Amino acid sequence: MARAATKSKSSKSEIEEVEDDLLLDFYRQMLLVRRFEEKVGQMYGMGLIGGFCHLYIGQEAVVVGVNHALRKDDAIITSYRCHGHGLIRGVPPKAVMAELTGRAGGVSKGKGGSMHMFDLEKGFYGGHGIVGAQVPLGAGLAFSMKYNESDNVAVVFFGEGAANQGQVYETFNMASLWKLPVIFVVENNQYAMGTSIKRAKAGTELYQRGEAFGIPGQQVDGMDVEKVYAAAGEAVEHCRAGKGPILLETQTYRYRGHSMSDPAKYRSKDEVQKMRAEHDPIDHVRAKLTDRDIADDAKLKEIDKQVKTQIAEAAEFAQNSPEPKLEELMTDIYAEDVVIEPRPDDVEVHEKEAAGDHVPDGPKV
Amino acid sequence: MATVTVREALRDAMAEEMRKDEKVFLIGEEVAQYQGAYKVSQGLLDEFGDKRVIDTPITEHGFTGLAVGAAMGGLKPITEFMTFNFAMQAIDQIINSAAKTLYMSGGQVHCPIVFRGPNGAASRVAAQHSQCYASWYGHVPGLKVIAPWSAADAKGLLKAAIRDPNPVVFLENELLYGQSFEIPDDDDFVLEIGKAHVEREGSDVTIVAFSIMVGKALEAAEKLAEEGIEAEVINLRSIRPLDTKTIITSLKKTNRLVSVEEGWAFAGIGAELAAVVMEQGFDLLDAPLRRVSSVDAPLPYAANLEHAALPQTDHIVEAARDVCYARD
Ligand SMILES: Cc1ncc(C[n+]2csc(CCOP(=O)(O)OP(=O)(O)O)c2C)c(N)n1
Repeated sequence: MARAATKSKSSKSEIEEVEDDLLLDFYRQMLLVRRFEEKVGQMYGMGLIGGFCHLYIGQEAVVVGVNHALRKDDAIITSYRCHGHGLIRGVPPKAVMAELTGRAGGVSKGKGGSMHMFDLEKGFYGGHGIVGAQVPLGAGLAFSMKYNESDNVAVVFFGEGAANQGQVYETFNMASLWKLPVIFVVENNQYAMGTSIKRAKAGTELYQRGEAFGIPGQQVDGMDVEKVYAAAGEAVEHCRAGKGPILLETQTYRYRGHSMSDPAKYRSKDEVQKMRAEHDPIDHVRAKLTDRDIADDAKLKEIDKQVKTQIAEAAEFAQNSPEPKLEELMTDIYAEDVVIEPRPDDVEVHEKEAAGDHVPDGPKV
Repeated sequence: MATVTVREALRDAMAEEMRKDEKVFLIGEEVAQYQGAYKVSQGLLDEFGDKRVIDTPITEHGFTGLAVGAAMGGLKPITEFMTFNFAMQAIDQIINSAAKTLYMSGGQVHCPIVFRGPNGAASRVAAQHSQCYASWYGHVPGLKVIAPWSAADAKGLLKAAIRDPNPVVFLENELLYGQSFEIPDDDDFVLEIGKAHVEREGSDVTIVAFSIMVGKALEAAEKLAEEGIEAEVINLRSIRPLDTKTIITSLKKTNRLVSVEEGWAFAGIGAELAAVVMEQGFDLLDAPLRRVSSVDAPLPYAANLEHAALPQTDHIVEAARDVCYARD
């Protein structure tokens, strides 16, 4: 029997506090993503990064909390807003940054860009640009895990906007029917581009949207990394135990525009300011670290410095890494070398001589 | 040699590959208990069980995405569409996820999957159930596209498709399922993807066709022979990669070309062949290429209209006469 959907109040997160070292890890990782994305914003402004570019600032607690509940051999998959997911799965910041600058040293060899980062060794399956498409793909990863009789789980991250795509519910149905080890994490950052959730969602809360399929759901404060971690831990346990899919709605907020070209006029500055002031996930952990005497100012400064250095190195690498070789244009299209039809301007007109011998003739009969 | 139907050839191809490779499984609507909407998967559930022969709900977009994800996770799904018309619900996953991810990931994320099912017109099922998708999928780098005609094509190419490390779109034809052909008696009979086959040799005109139109082209060749025109009939077998070499080689001999497809002419396979011939064999041509295709309309239901809409043997005969300047 599926559990009923619950709010986070019932989760053990409020009872247990995480260990000191873990809290420090959370802090370090969230800060890494935050500072990384700030640097990306800067570099975008300088014209070093092109195309669509979506920053994760404000949502750091979600990926950090969820990933800490996973093993290295589990898998995650997400949308185009994927820099943070890659970093937290362990892709070196250099490789993420060089992907953003479109260089050979990028994690996808510069062929994917901001929206398409992948690192299979880290169990990171991208990086997908079609809203909602990663949801059945992630269930497929879970399907392969179950088929191979492993106890791995797959986590699919998607936005509250994506939660309105039909394929999400097609996937819920199959995932529940076949008891796939998949955790659906809705990153409800309140806005899908310029459309607030109020203008896009009818009916029940998002975490309840699995109920019709027998998928238990939970709503979690996505600005509180410890709560996310606790809820994710329970979800992972549920999946590993073979109980099928589970849904987490993390309530979070993106501070920046949808992408670099969005001035975010659909919400007030006050709204954003209030979120930053009262709910910032990093401030929250920093306060805890000092309150609980886990880290003093000097320690925090040291972490700050380490992160800054890491990012400076990444930015440097991303600008110095060479552009992909021109040959890369036509590689990785097929798994093996397939003879690809040349473009018209590359065609040497086939054996002119043979044609030259040929004298056009009249009717055949 | 054994005589088998296309339907049996397809089933045997899947069964043989499933015996060889644990990672191969079949997924789709009615493929297991019902034995396939067109009975192509007859007996597979019995032999392989419900772990590897999986009935899905009616949920093309979802199960296609799921199968693509499973392929990215290292399995080798055979995804059956009840017909390719319904794959339009899932075409985003076929193109954006299956075909492009290897490239976008810099060569990391492979997607060894087969999408198969009947394509094109069946009989009297009207516009929404009768469409050829060869040029749709043929357009996309990252996909391989196959359109078999005979039982040997079906078996040899489906086995190749299952073994192929890339996403392969495999376009069958319902009207061919029941047709019997001779086929080598060999459970390791595999054909190479990307190679066309000369079904009939001739020196006067080349007729290039695929899928069910190969049969019509051969009929047309017989009629033409009665008039003294010897047609060479090329069965494309693969749409992508396209075997331009075989086409140009034939053109060197005949200097005249007719393309035949069941789909619409506009931006179709015939249009592609015309471009190939212009770019690679312009000086070889004694006459402009002629395209034989469906008329430019949705497929009607009425028997007489349906017949008039689809390419028939006589259209091919006429087009061949035309390019030979032999019109009466
Ligand atoms: C199928 C599809 N439709 C539209 C878009 C354009 N688009 C890109 S992101 C986006 C908003 C998605 O919002 P949400 O799912 O909440 O995720 P968030 O961007 O907030 O992380 C839209 C409409 C797209 N990429 N794919």
